[in-house]
Amino acid sequence: MLKINNMTMRFGGVVAVNQLSMEIEKGQIVGLIGPNGAGKTTVFNVVTGVYKPTDGEVYYGENHEKISHLRPDQIAKLGICRTFQNIRLFKELSVFDNVFIGGHLRLRSGLFSSVLRLPMYNREEKEMTKKAEYLLEKVGLFEERNEKAYSLPYGMQRRLEIARALATEPRLLLLDEPAAGMNPQETQDLMEFIYNIKDEFDLTIFLIEHHMEVVMGICENIFVLDHGNLIAQGNPQEIQSNERVIEAYLGVE
Amino acid sequence: MKKISLKDNIWLKIGILVVALIGLVVINLFLDSYKVKVLNLCAIYIILGLSMNLINGFTGLFSLGHAGFMAIGAYTVAILTMPLEAKTMNYYMKPMVPFLLNLNLPFIFALLIGGLMAALFGFLIGAPVLKLTDDYLAIATLGFSEIIRIVFINLQSITNGSLGLKAIPQMTNKFIAEPLGLSSKTNLLWAWGIAILTIIFMQVLMKGSYGKAFKAIREDEIAARSMGINLFKHKVMSFTIGSFLAGIGGGLMAVHLGTIDPALFKFALTFNILLIVVLGGMGNIYGTVISAIVITVAMEALRFLDGSMNFGFFTTPALPGLRMVVFSLALMVVVIFKRDGFIRDTLEKVRGKYAKNQ
Repeated sequence: MLKINNMTMRFGGVVAVNQLSMEIEKGQIVGLIGPNGAGKTTVFNVVTGVYKPTDGEVYYGENHEKISHLRPDQIAKLGICRTFQNIRLFKELSVFDNVFIGGHLRLRSGLFSSVLRLPMYNREEKEMTKKAEYLLEKVGLFEERNEKAYSLPYGMQRRLEIARALATEPRLLLLDEPAAGMNPQETQDLMEFIYNIKDEFDLTIFLIEHHMEVVMGICENIFVLDHGNLIAQGNPQEIQSNERVIEAYLGVE
Repeated sequence: MKKISLKDNIWLKIGILVVALIGLVVINLFLDSYKVKVLNLCAIYIILGLSMNLINGFTGLFSLGHAGFMAIGAYTVAILTMPLEAKTMNYYMKPMVPFLLNLNLPFIFALLIGGLMAALFGFLIGAPVLKLTDDYLAIATLGFSEIIRIVFINLQSITNGSLGLKAIPQMTNKFIAEPLGLSSKTNLLWAWGIAILTIIFMQVLMKGSYGKAFKAIREDEIAARSMGINLFKHKVMSFTIGSFLAGIGGGLMAVHLGTIDPALFKFALTFNILLIVVLGGMGNIYGTVISAIVITVAMEALRFLDGSMNFGFFTTPALPGLRMVVFSLALMVVVIFKRDGFIRDTLEKVRGKYAKNQ
C-alpha cells in the first residue's frame, strides 16, 4: 500500500528523518511512535507531499506508483488523506462546509456548470451533501452542522477533522495524534471509532500517537523513530520487549 | 406549518427582483440627473466591491491590482464604442491605429469584451504572481496596476496617451429606457442590472463547491491542499473571475464618466474599493453591497468638507481632499475595532435578533 524507500529529510543542517525505509500493507493499522522531535510528523508531511524528501522515494498503491514528487492535492486525489497534530480546520466555516469541502476534490463538474447550476453539477452537489451529512452523523456532529468550526470543543474538532478527511474518500488515512488531549473514556471511544471506519470504508490506517494504550491496543504493526532513525519495528509485544525502544522511549529504570 | 423563508422561495426572489427593476425605472424617471448619476455610481461600486471581495475577502489573496484591471476594461469599452468622429476628434496629437479607428460595437458587446480582456490579463498576471503570498502578492499586483497605467500613457496611437478619451457614448437601452424617454438621461438599468446579476452570480458561486473551496483556501492553505484542493488552479480561477468583474466595472465607469485618462486609474481608485470591502466585511456579499452604496453616497454628501466652511465666527480655507480623510479615519477605526467589518457585524446582529424573535 505504502512503501517508503531510504527516505531522508534534511532541513539545513538538521536531519529530521534519516534513511527511513518502511512498508505498510493494505488493511493494516500501523503506528508510528517515538519521543518528541523524533521526526514522526515529518514522515507524514513527506508522505502527503507537504515536503519533498531530500533523498529517497515514496511509493503508493498496488502498482507502486512513485508519489514523492507530487503536490499534496495530487496525493490526496490518489487516496491519501490526513489529519493534523495541531488541528487545522477551516475555522470560520460551518461544520457542514468543512466536511463538504472534503468532497470537492472528487467533483467532476467545472466552474461554469457550478455557477450555471447545470443538472450534472446539481446531482454531484446533492451527492456531496448526502455524503457530508452521513459522515457528520457518523462522527456524531450532525446536530452541530451549522455551528462554526472554531466554536466546537476540542474533542469534537478532532472528530470533525477525521470526518473531513473521510470525505475525500481516502484509502490510506494518516492520523496525527488523534487521541491527543482526550480522557480515557474518549480514548476508548476513539479506538472503537477507528476500527469502525477502517472496516466500513475499507481503509488502511497509519497513525502517530503518544497514548500507549491506543498504539498497543489497535496497531498491528508499530514503527519506532528516534532522532530520525528507525530503531525498531514489529507487533506490540515485540515493541514492548525491545530494549532499544525501552531505552529511547519508554524510559529505563 | 411551512414557513415562507427568503432562502428557499424562488418566486419570492423573482418578485423582489421585478419590484426592484420597476423601482429603478421609476427612480430613473423622477430623480434629477445628479442623483441618478450618484445611484449609477453606487451600482458600479457594488460590482467593483464584489469583485475585490471575491479575490481579497473570499479567497484571501491580498491583491491591490484593481485599478489596472479597471483601466483595461474602461479603455476597451471606450475604444470599441466611440464612433469614428469622436475618435478623430480625440486623437489629434497622434492618429489612432487604423484597425481600431473604424471598429465600433454595441455597448453590451464592448462591455463583455472589456471584461474578457481584463480577465485575460488577470489570468496572465495571475499565473506567475499567485505563487506569492500576502504582502508580496500585494506589492506585485500593485506594480502590475502601475505598469498598465504607464503603458497606457505611452501607447498613444491606441489609448491617446495622457490626453485621455473624451465623449465616450452614454449607455442607452432600446427596449425599456428609450420608449420611456430616458435616452437623454443616464440610464440606471445597465449598471444596476449588471450589479444585480453580479450579486446573484456571487451568491451562487459562493454557495457552490468552488466558492467553498475558495473560502477553504482563505482559511487554511495547508489544510486545503491536503484535502486535495489545487491551490494554484483555484487561486487563478478566483483571480480571473475577479479581474473580469473589475473590467466590467471599469467599462461601466468609463461610460458613466464619459471621459477617462490614465491618471484616473491610480492607486487611489483601488483604495476606494478596498475601503468598501473592508467596511462591508471581508467575505460578505451584502455587507459589500451596503457599504458600496453608503460610501458612494457619503463621498458625494461630504463634498462640502473639501470647500471652505463658514462656522459663523471664522471661515476655514478650502481644503481639497479633506473628505478622504474622513474615510481614512473610518477605515482605521474599523480595522482597529471591528476587524470583520462594521456592516457585517451589524448585519449579523440584526440577523441574530430576527432569529430570536421568530
